[in-house]
Amino acid sequence: MKLLAIDTSSLTATVALLDGDRLIGEYTLNHKMNHSQKLMPMIEELLNSCNTKPGEIDVFAVSLGPGSFTGLRIGIATMAAMAQALDKNVVGVPTLEALAYNLFNIKGLICPIIDAQKDLVYTALYQWTDGNMVEIMEQQVIKIDKLISMLKEKSEKIFFIGDALERFSSNLEDGLGQQFAVPPFKFLIPSASSVAGVARIKLEKGIKTDIIPIYMRKSEAEVQYEKRMKGSE
Amino acid sequence: MITNFKQEDIITLAIETSCDETSASILKNGREVLSNIINSQIEQHKKFGGVVPEVASRRHIENINDVIEEALTVADVSFADLTHVGVTHGPGLVGALLVGLSAAKAIAFAREIPLNGVNHIEGHIYANFIEHKQLGPPFISLVVSGGHTHLVYMEDYGKYEVLGRTRDDAAGEAFDKIARALGLGYPGGPQIDRIAKEGNPDAIVFPKAYLEEGSYDFSFSGLKSAVLNYLNTQKMKGLDISTADVAAGFQKAIVDILIEKTIKCALEKGANRVVLAGGVAANSSLREQLRTECEKNNIDLKYPPLHLCTDNAAMIGCLAYYNYIRGLRSSLDLNAISNLKMGDNY
Ligand SMILES: [Zn+2]
Repeated sequence: MKLLAIDTSSLTATVALLDGDRLIGEYTLNHKMNHSQKLMPMIEELLNSCNTKPGEIDVFAVSLGPGSFTGLRIGIATMAAMAQALDKNVVGVPTLEALAYNLFNIKGLICPIIDAQKDLVYTALYQWTDGNMVEIMEQQVIKIDKLISMLKEKSEKIFFIGDALERFSSNLEDGLGQQFAVPPFKFLIPSASSVAGVARIKLEKGIKTDIIPIYMRKSEAEVQYEKRMKGSE
Repeated sequence: MITNFKQEDIITLAIETSCDETSASILKNGREVLSNIINSQIEQHKKFGGVVPEVASRRHIENINDVIEEALTVADVSFADLTHVGVTHGPGLVGALLVGLSAAKAIAFAREIPLNGVNHIEGHIYANFIEHKQLGPPFISLVVSGGHTHLVYMEDYGKYEVLGRTRDDAAGEAFDKIARALGLGYPGGPQIDRIAKEGNPDAIVFPKAYLEEGSYDFSFSGLKSAVLNYLNTQKMKGLDISTADVAAGFQKAIVDILIEKTIKCALEKGANRVVLAGGVAANSSLREQLRTECEKNNIDLKYPPLHLCTDNAAMIGCLAYYNYIRGLRSSLDLNAISNLKMGDNY
């Protein structure tokens, strides 16, 4: 079974090809937010290099978010349409889960944080128990200070990953002291092979997800509209 | 595999998501529309009084696959039958364009068939080729819609000279703004068209901007301000406002200037044919008066049926077909360009 996985939820563009449980290729760029120009050529290059025709792919896996709204839509539109054109299955993977999967079977807590602008992050909390990744705090959008005060109540070491680390690492270190931990750089960014890993678990367990972006936020126009409606009540 | 087509037939899948319509179409040999599915978001944008880009993008991603599926089903065409994929890559809302463009690229790549990214404004002109089977260039085309007002000389397929364009608001944009000021709701064009029929177009005379001598450009911001000023003044003086008369006077000012410039342009260029295109081409006053003026000047007038005036993928497919047979191909790094100019994609 060949599986093509991608993640375009952030600055990182990453594509991976699996054959069964073997990773046969992975390209990752962490340079510029230009997924609309880079994603398809990356997929084409990966498949060419691995002597694989698009028609040979059995399953498509895509990171659903949260993250950049536009980035998510580029990735999802691409994978959903490829699967549709080839009459194949597409599996959706929450981005926070895929990020946490980067730290397979690590001891301690895993806290992926994705930039949600201003002083906000998209986050969740995971822990590996008996080879299973368990969600111990559900995904949410939260102020960084509030997250820190919630995490202070835990006793374990907490590994942080994700693009919001760049902005908030000093806040986290100040707030959490010895609890704060950061893995080496290659684990900090989204990786399509992790998306593939989570997708395989979902396939095995028969978990189906709608292939639509996980925004976790209303559009600004929607927020303003609701404010106006409340004001006029 | 059984297929419904001759081997030499060119089957186009076209996708259009530049604004608030998610649309997909299947065409045979460029001019025969086998399906043209349009999922309109007008209802979703009504409460905001106009198209909200993020809301539009969200609707496109939810709808795109279903719309494509329906286009294939209605046309009784499978992905294996497709010759190439056509898609709008500008101008329009970037986030909205990217949904259709990403899907189109993915399908072209997955099925290993060529991709043709095309210009949306140009597509509006091609809506006429679908309706009028014998029509071909050369002609003068007036493209008027919510996003664009262009006066174009189309010499041959893919060969254009843009003679005039709006310097501020598009004609359709002015319709939307004045409709909002008159409390007529969104979208404004059809509302003003409807209520103007009950009004006297000469009751209130609004100014027309001709711009400098010989220019085919348009400007509607002065007209828009004049209407808004009139409404304010009447309100301040506590005087009645006849919505029908204001709508009729405003519409007359826009239609008059569009027609005058178009006719003048056709005569100067020696073109004996004018082709109307775009959403505002649905305006009944524009159609009727342009017909009268064209007849007076021995100019042949063509316009698309109402269902091909609004944004739709069939017109994009027709244009993509002509680009395809001219040997044009787009690469997989094709980007969405919000302000794509006519002629830029060659
Ligand atoms: Zn249009």
